[in-house]
Amino acid sequence: MIDRRTFVTAVAAMAAIAAAVPARAAGEPIRIGEMNSYTRLPAFTLPYRSGWELALEEINAAGGVLGRQIEVISKDDGGEPGTAVTMANDLLAREKVSLIFGALLSNVGLALADFAKQKQIPFIAAEPLTDTIAWSQGNAYTFRLRPGTYVQAAMLAEEAAKLPARRWAVVAPNYEYGKSAVEAFKALLSARRPDVEWVGEQWPALFKIDAGATVQALARTNPEAIYNVTFGADLIKFVREGKLRGLFEGRTVASILGGEPDWIDPLKDEAPEGWIVTGYPWYALETPEHVTFREAYRKRFNDYPRLGSVVGYAAMKTIAAAIAKAGSTEPKAITAALRGLTLESPLGPITYRAADQQSTMGTFVGRLTVKDGMPRMVDWRYGDGAKYLPSEVEAAKMRPAE
Amino acid sequence: MSFYGVQFLTGLASASSLFLVASGLSIIFGVSRVVNFAHGSFYMLGAYIAYSLTLRLGGGALGFWAGIGLAAVAVGLIGAAMEMVLLRRLYRSPELFQLVATFGVVLVVQDLALAVWGPDDLLGPRAPGLAGAISILGHRVPQYDLALIVIGPAVLVILWGLLNRTRWGILVRAATQDPEMAGALGINQKWLLTGVFFLGSLLAGLGGALQLPREPANLLMDMGIIAEAFVVVVIGGMGSIGGAFLAAVVIGELQAFGILIFPEITLVLLFLVMAVVLVVRPWGLLGRPEALVPKAAARDVGRPFRPVKAAWRRAGWGLLALLVLLPLIAGDYALQVASEVLIFTLFAASLHFLMGIGGMISFGHAAYLGFGAYGAALAVHHLGAPMEAALIAAPLLGGLGALVFGWFCVRLSGVYLAMLTLAFAQIAWSGVFQWTGFTGGDNGLIGIWPAPWAAGAAGYYYLTLALAVAALAGLRRAVFAPFGFALRAGRDSRLRAEALGIDVKRVQWLAFALAGAAAGLAGGLYAFLKGSVFPTVMAIPVSVDGLVMVLLGGVHTVLGPLIGAVAFTGLKIGIAAETHFWRILLGGLILATVLAFPKGIAGFLKDRLMRPER
Repeated sequence: MIDRRTFVTAVAAMAAIAAAVPARAAGEPIRIGEMNSYTRLPAFTLPYRSGWELALEEINAAGGVLGRQIEVISKDDGGEPGTAVTMANDLLAREKVSLIFGALLSNVGLALADFAKQKQIPFIAAEPLTDTIAWSQGNAYTFRLRPGTYVQAAMLAEEAAKLPARRWAVVAPNYEYGKSAVEAFKALLSARRPDVEWVGEQWPALFKIDAGATVQALARTNPEAIYNVTFGADLIKFVREGKLRGLFEGRTVASILGGEPDWIDPLKDEAPEGWIVTGYPWYALETPEHVTFREAYRKRFNDYPRLGSVVGYAAMKTIAAAIAKAGSTEPKAITAALRGLTLESPLGPITYRAADQQSTMGTFVGRLTVKDGMPRMVDWRYGDGAKYLPSEVEAAKMRPAE
Repeated sequence: MSFYGVQFLTGLASASSLFLVASGLSIIFGVSRVVNFAHGSFYMLGAYIAYSLTLRLGGGALGFWAGIGLAAVAVGLIGAAMEMVLLRRLYRSPELFQLVATFGVVLVVQDLALAVWGPDDLLGPRAPGLAGAISILGHRVPQYDLALIVIGPAVLVILWGLLNRTRWGILVRAATQDPEMAGALGINQKWLLTGVFFLGSLLAGLGGALQLPREPANLLMDMGIIAEAFVVVVIGGMGSIGGAFLAAVVIGELQAFGILIFPEITLVLLFLVMAVVLVVRPWGLLGRPEALVPKAAARDVGRPFRPVKAAWRRAGWGLLALLVLLPLIAGDYALQVASEVLIFTLFAASLHFLMGIGGMISFGHAAYLGFGAYGAALAVHHLGAPMEAALIAAPLLGGLGALVFGWFCVRLSGVYLAMLTLAFAQIAWSGVFQWTGFTGGDNGLIGIWPAPWAAGAAGYYYLTLALAVAALAGLRRAVFAPFGFALRAGRDSRLRAEALGIDVKRVQWLAFALAGAAAGLAGGLYAFLKGSVFPTVMAIPVSVDGLVMVLLGGVHTVLGPLIGAVAFTGLKIGIAAETHFWRILLGGLILATVLAFPKGIAGFLKDRLMRPER
């Protein structure tokens, strides 16, 4: 027998469910598309993924945005711009996402940026370093989070100019990033130090450096200092051969990205001490926002954060902030909200400048040393992107007319 | 002066490691005729296994060298296992079909290595006792480099002894020169081949393991070495161990000295050298010209093509009708995927026209796809051409590129021809890559979107369908035209064809141009589908994809490449959209497919369904 109380409870429960159904329909998750080279360069993209996953969990645990949860649909571009466009079509046409973020490789980033322009959907280029994405080929729908080649080179050049060295040699991988990193550094250092001479250049193919021959060729030009752009396995080979052959003795090396744990940590205690590097001293950065991030990351993944993790985390937070500011998930509204958006990141407050849609996230510059068997940056300082970027007026001039 | 001496030593050290990998590939190819793509994967596995073993066996010299040796043996066993489980079932398949199987192995190994060793680069120990450098002529030379300089020639001597002074070696050489006669004399080729794979893979593993003090074990090693190893094998001469050594030394030294004069040349040097060697000396430095046409391949041409029965023709029209009606049921994404599949179908068909009809294998067919894509993109970018004009420029540039490259290529045959196409494709790729002012370099050309009337998914699908079907029909027409018959005659018997008055080279040259134009059209369509063009479109992986499509479908049917392209492209996009573990899934599916259909999918269908009318 059903007594009256049970009946009343049942009816009340049903009514509650009925009432909740439309509410839940309105609270359907906000769909966001994400893409990176997860199979091609896992060492650098998996920490990035952990970063945005952490941010996503935090955002959703706090109730989401606009009262709705965020759902990320993640794709692998395989390191191919063509595949990236196919995946972006999938995200847009089938998954109906409001926004796309991600990309590490510059050419993938550029392909997606142009796709975003064509389809009029916001795209947050989280990691690509090429500055063309913000300036000469910038567009109204593409926002870049990480400081590009120019900012990194500018910070290094500032430190390099303080050295007595006058004879400089460069070694860089033979592709766009290597070329623009060298071009920017040369121009900025020569501007500060007109007495600097550029005595030698080596351009090994990416990830195919013939390290012994390259080191010999560099030593032959007898430079006083060396500017290094190689990374990944190339960097490790270069360091080992360079040490063996005494290339670094009595010479200072300025190495772009050389202090990022993502690239330097595999070298462990063989990391080259004394190099001037841009990087990320996660172990020594004790600002409250960073400590919170670091501890949360540690707790969640039982690992320390790489720079990619910071970028992934900040990208996800950017999205939540932009949607909250827009008050809508319409692509046009989010795009408008992103322009001039300011938010907190683990590295401090950042702003997406309205003029070139480049964020003011900065980077750290310091000296490399080895502590407890791991590479560490010392004497570092944070350079705010806002200080090193070209002014908004200049940046706007570099962009194509809309 | 002393500097050049030391640079020479550095070049020799690089040459030694290159030789180890290349000699293994050369032995395997020489005996089994298998183009083993997995050789690079074995090299990578050698480094990873050596890393794990040296870590476990402790830091002493004994532990280090035992770790290197055991890693090499372990990789040898893996290679032997691959031969026994996989390749043994495929020796009766059409020529080169085993390539597809080894490609599947490459994909599977990539994901397995990531799962086992994780994503980070793993820096191995330096060799105990050889960790420092010694002073030679006032320059410091790493002791380990000197060890490598000794190990290379030592391995050469051991291999020479093994092949020339042992019974096993004599059998291997017999099998290399005349497999049929060797079989007729009662030599158990099964185990001979397994042994050869063991030895070849062991050498790859040894090469990888010995890199450990110089290079971290990393996930990009497999693709990094494989093209280089093939180039060394070809420059040296297929199956010639001494040739491989000579070629490795030439490459190593050219690299060491080349960067002093042209630091930016490393990207293309290897392929420039190969192109020059093949044009001047088509069978490699120490290869022998008579080994050019493998006997098994010359025999294995299948039945002559003939037009299908009327029932099948009706089925074809039905399929076309379905394709025309597709936009009524499919969404935007499905239509974009369908357009991409159509484009790659045309690409595969154009490659098949060269391979299946012309008997000319191309390892660099992506070049013509790339020429087409860049032809269209450059027309838009520099001339402001509308889409319609750009789509005319695409096949023109593709055909023109094929005319230039083909002129050299048709002077060769077999795998040498294939490698020359690869060399040209790489030279073209590096040209596009480095000519930043004109082609945008590796940042590519963006903003290549279709005209407004074709901008929608359905509109562009119809455009692609119309052009692709027209081009496919044109290719099919050429197959059954007198031109196609002449081409096939040249493929099946060059001597008889020439005796009949067919200018075989000229016919083949024109076939190159036709195939290049068709691939170029596919490239133009691809550019507008993606909205952008990057050098990756003409890189080696795209050429390999094309080969896999044609071979998977079946070389000896006209329909094969179409089926292969639809299956491969569809699967790749479908799986990659769903999971980040697409490589192991796609690789596994490829392996299952080649085992189920050892003559290709269309070959299987043909045997089962389309028996010729009696």
